Amino acid sequence: MFSRIFQLGTRLLRETRAGGNLTSNSINSSYYQGQLSRHSAPAKSILFSTATSSHEGSEDKEKISVTFVNKDGSEQTISVPVGMSMLEAAHENDIELEGACEGSLACSTCHVIVMDVKHYNKLEDPTDEENDMLDLAFGLTETSRLGCQVIAKPELDGVRLALPAATRNFAVDGFVPKPH
Amino acid sequence: MGRGLLLPHAKRLMLFPRPRGFSASAASTREPLHVCVVGSGPAGFYTAEKMLKAHEGVQVDIIDRLPTPFGLVRSGVAPDHPETKIVVNQFSRVAANARCSFFGNVTLGSDVSLAELRGTYDVVVLAYGAESDRSFGIPGENLRGIHSAREFVWWYNGHPDMHNLVPDLQNTDSAVVLGQGNVALDVARILLRCTTKLASTDIAGHALDALKSSTIRKVYLVGRRGPVQAACTAKELREILGLQNVHVCIKEGDLATSPADKEEMRNSRIKRRVHELLSKAATMHKEKNSNDQKELHFVFFRKPTRFLPSEGGSTVGAVELEKTLLKDDAVTGNQVAVGTGEFEDLKCGLVLKSIGYKSLPTEGLPFDNYKGVVPNLRGRVLSSESETTTVEAGLYVVGWLKRGPTGIVATNLHCAEETVCT
Repeated sequence: MFSRIFQLGTRLLRETRAGGNLTSNSINSSYYQGQLSRHSAPAKSILFSTATSSHEGSEDKEKISVTFVNKDGSEQTISVPVGMSMLEAAHENDIELEGACEGSLACSTCHVIVMDVKHYNKLEDPTDEENDMLDLAFGLTETSRLGCQVIAKPELDGVRLALPAATRNFAVDGFVPKPH
Repeated sequence: MGRGLLLPHAKRLMLFPRPRGFSASAASTREPLHVCVVGSGPAGFYTAEKMLKAHEGVQVDIIDRLPTPFGLVRSGVAPDHPETKIVVNQFSRVAANARCSFFGNVTLGSDVSLAELRGTYDVVVLAYGAESDRSFGIPGENLRGIHSAREFVWWYNGHPDMHNLVPDLQNTDSAVVLGQGNVALDVARILLRCTTKLASTDIAGHALDALKSSTIRKVYLVGRRGPVQAACTAKELREILGLQNVHVCIKEGDLATSPADKEEMRNSRIKRRVHELLSKAATMHKEKNSNDQKELHFVFFRKPTRFLPSEGGSTVGAVELEKTLLKDDAVTGNQVAVGTGEFEDLKCGLVLKSIGYKSLPTEGLPFDNYKGVVPNLRGRVLSSESETTTVEAGLYVVGWLKRGPTGIVATNLHCAEETVCT
């Protein structure tokens, strides 16, 4: 929900930018509000002002770095906006993470292994529903999670996620998963 | 979901023999590679998807005997589990690929033979699953009112083959489900779930009508072994234990675990969580059913020995059950149920057998009748004719036909990967 407000705000900002004459890169909140009140209903500017903290002229939200380690050991590092799930992020970057139920907690195909225990511990505990699906995941480990339930947040910057079967036959960076 | 989902390609297939070139062998490796996948369920579609990805020039034709695709995702997933069906979006995208075609209404064995397919395509992958049932082979199995769970599931999901099943849900207040896997839980749940909730699902109209006038108030889930050996998984168990207005009956004594049980639970996260759920339910429902609620009984350590007729003589009236004990099987190392000679009758008017599916053989296809699968080496079909095992060129199996009828939709993902690799 929060991320949707963020996205709405960003879109509004892009639209106002296109319409307005902005010469300066540094825009403060009150300027946003000024622009918006000209172009959109007051209600939206209220939304926007609560959603944003001042970004130095950048229309991007905060992003974290996530590395996916594929089944063959190759790696892909991508930039993920805070609030996006790992499954969504993978799909946006053409990473081969299956998502049969499209994030409805009805399958285990987006199973990922969090390679650093410190990052794993920063995640909220899985719900019963997620655990029910993890029960069925192929190659389950003690730091396994469903990609659709891992949401990007600043503390996860640099997280490394292995796709299952990547770590069955060899250790990556000395990491050997403990079978669950 | 439903009849509206007929893909544009679905039509009676006229097979045009493709130019074969000079090679007489079916295992041609020239591009473009023409592949025929028989069966359009998860196994077939995951295989098609991976073939299309792995080989740029490959053309995949998926055929199915039904006019509509998706196999058990359409006809096996319970109507109150719509999220499990979301995967059809992915499968539809595969079918929309320019190099992929779907042909419905084409039956292997009658419309087209395996030999014809092998002569026309470079590669044939059989993914037609398991459309038959294991049976008990005990007296009375042919009495009216006894159905396989597969037939019942097809009936409430609107499968064309079961349109005329017409199970009688009004001659009794008790139904017995033999088996305690997820399919058993599905049929029990559909029998017990409030019909106003079912009305908003894609359950078949004829089934909803029958369930609305059903007199069944007690459902027994009978397993020949104990809770630790039950084949169901946490999500489904949690769901059925949480059904509104259903009193759950579990004997606390049945929940005791032996050292062998504890060992099984140590090795399986699923079994630990299932046992925990059953224990919690046993405690929660300790008081007798006072609100005239419907009842769900978990009956453990009982195996059926006979089906007894009711007064009329042709419909089932009770199941004779023998108490069992668990013993270690020296060969497999598993715990097996052994009869004790003590019997009891369980009165009922409907029996649903949920003890497993079985694949059907095809003319020209090697088949292991005992295991109910096609002999194969990681998906490559093995010839049964020669004394030494040889691989049949260009012939593969995937899914339940390859592995036996176990696993979920996602299991086929890895199964398909393996077959495509070989």
